[in-house]
Amino acid sequence: MIVIFGVFLLTLLVITAIAIVRTDNLFVAVMLMGIASLLIAGNFFLLDAADVALTEAAVGAGISTVLFLSALALTSERERAKSSNKVLSLTVVAAAALILIYATFDKPRFGDPQAPVQTHVAPWYLEKTPEYIDIPNVVTAVLGSFRGYDTLGEVFVVFTAGIGVLFLLGSGVPLGSLPREKINEGLRHHLIPRVVGRVLIPFILLFGLYVQFHGEYGPGGGFQAGAIIAAAIILFALLEGERRALSVLPERVLLGLMAFGPLLYGAVGVAGIVLGGNFLDYSVLSSDPVKGQQLGILLIEAGVGVTVTGVLLGIFHAFAARGR
Amino acid sequence: MTTLIDILSWVLLTLGGLSVLIGGIGALRMPDLYTRMHAASVTDSIGAILVLGGVMLQAGFSLATIKLIAVLLFLLLTSPTSSNALASAALLAGTRPLEEQAQDDEAQK
Repeated sequence: MIVIFGVFLLTLLVITAIAIVRTDNLFVAVMLMGIASLLIAGNFFLLDAADVALTEAAVGAGISTVLFLSALALTSERERAKSSNKVLSLTVVAAAALILIYATFDKPRFGDPQAPVQTHVAPWYLEKTPEYIDIPNVVTAVLGSFRGYDTLGEVFVVFTAGIGVLFLLGSGVPLGSLPREKINEGLRHHLIPRVVGRVLIPFILLFGLYVQFHGEYGPGGGFQAGAIIAAAIILFALLEGERRALSVLPERVLLGLMAFGPLLYGAVGVAGIVLGGNFLDYSVLSSDPVKGQQLGILLIEAGVGVTVTGVLLGIFHAFAARGR
Repeated sequence: MTTLIDILSWVLLTLGGLSVLIGGIGALRMPDLYTRMHAASVTDSIGAILVLGGVMLQAGFSLATIKLIAVLLFLLLTSPTSSNALASAALLAGTRPLEEQAQDDEAQK
């Protein structure tokens, strides 16, 4: 049954991908990309990867669509007419597709218990997580503790991406120097979206915090929570105007939030060394090694969430400032 | 009792699926944006209520039902709002309802 659903979703995904390539209206392409993200998120969920599905839905279908739209506001809606060599690009794509299809022949069958991914370190993680870390969500244990170095790298990737985008876009004209009518005041004159949005924003923030701190028990964690909290604040900026959003979280604070995550993560790692363990070894953080692991994961997840929120909001405001 | 609940949830799910299908067909077949939105809203409103109601009956008195109620409340709040935002954005952008357009064309003749 699950295979049927999966094939159905993947077929829709292929149709969406073809539609994205064929359309020359960029707005339509952005909307279709959101649909593609949601379809692949559904597929991840079918494969029991709830954490990845939540990330894909929050980041791929949610925040990226908003960021694409704010980028689209700076350019034209239509794609420019192409003059490139169609035969050459088709050949390259066809060759790459053939190689990839050839590579799938060597892949293990779907759900094969003898597949390398099931026999390598996964059984060890499943067996040892209750003993070493004692949290129900093994994904969080792997991501936060066993593979803590990888996640540290990811946080730095997010941080670097944020800095890179801010350098490219610049911070634009400061809001204070603009005449009042030039500032986008959001949807202030539209009563219904504003009232409903105001009701929803606290609940979205609460849900973000739930995803952040419930990540050890259910699907969730810093990456997803950061995207959800950033979405709530972007909604506030769209409804109430950028000026009020920036007065709640000024750009300087956002820059601080961006840097805070990697700093906190690194500090937790260094604390491990200072207390006599290895870098990112959380067991020494508390007298009880299991409690120490849980504390370490909580701290680094908080760092991840803060950085993701800061970077996404910084990119959003940079796009918005560029439009002035 | 369980059979009764199963039958009831089956009926709700089928009706919900049917209204989603009707909404989809309507969104494709209707002549202009506003009537299309009208058709598509069948999906958000009655379709969502029926499908989620059917799933709630399957979940019984559990945490899952409370989560489903939260999802339903969220949908019932957001989908009319987004419809309203879409319609007013279309009106602002100058898309007029078909009827009105026809009347204007008539008046110009």
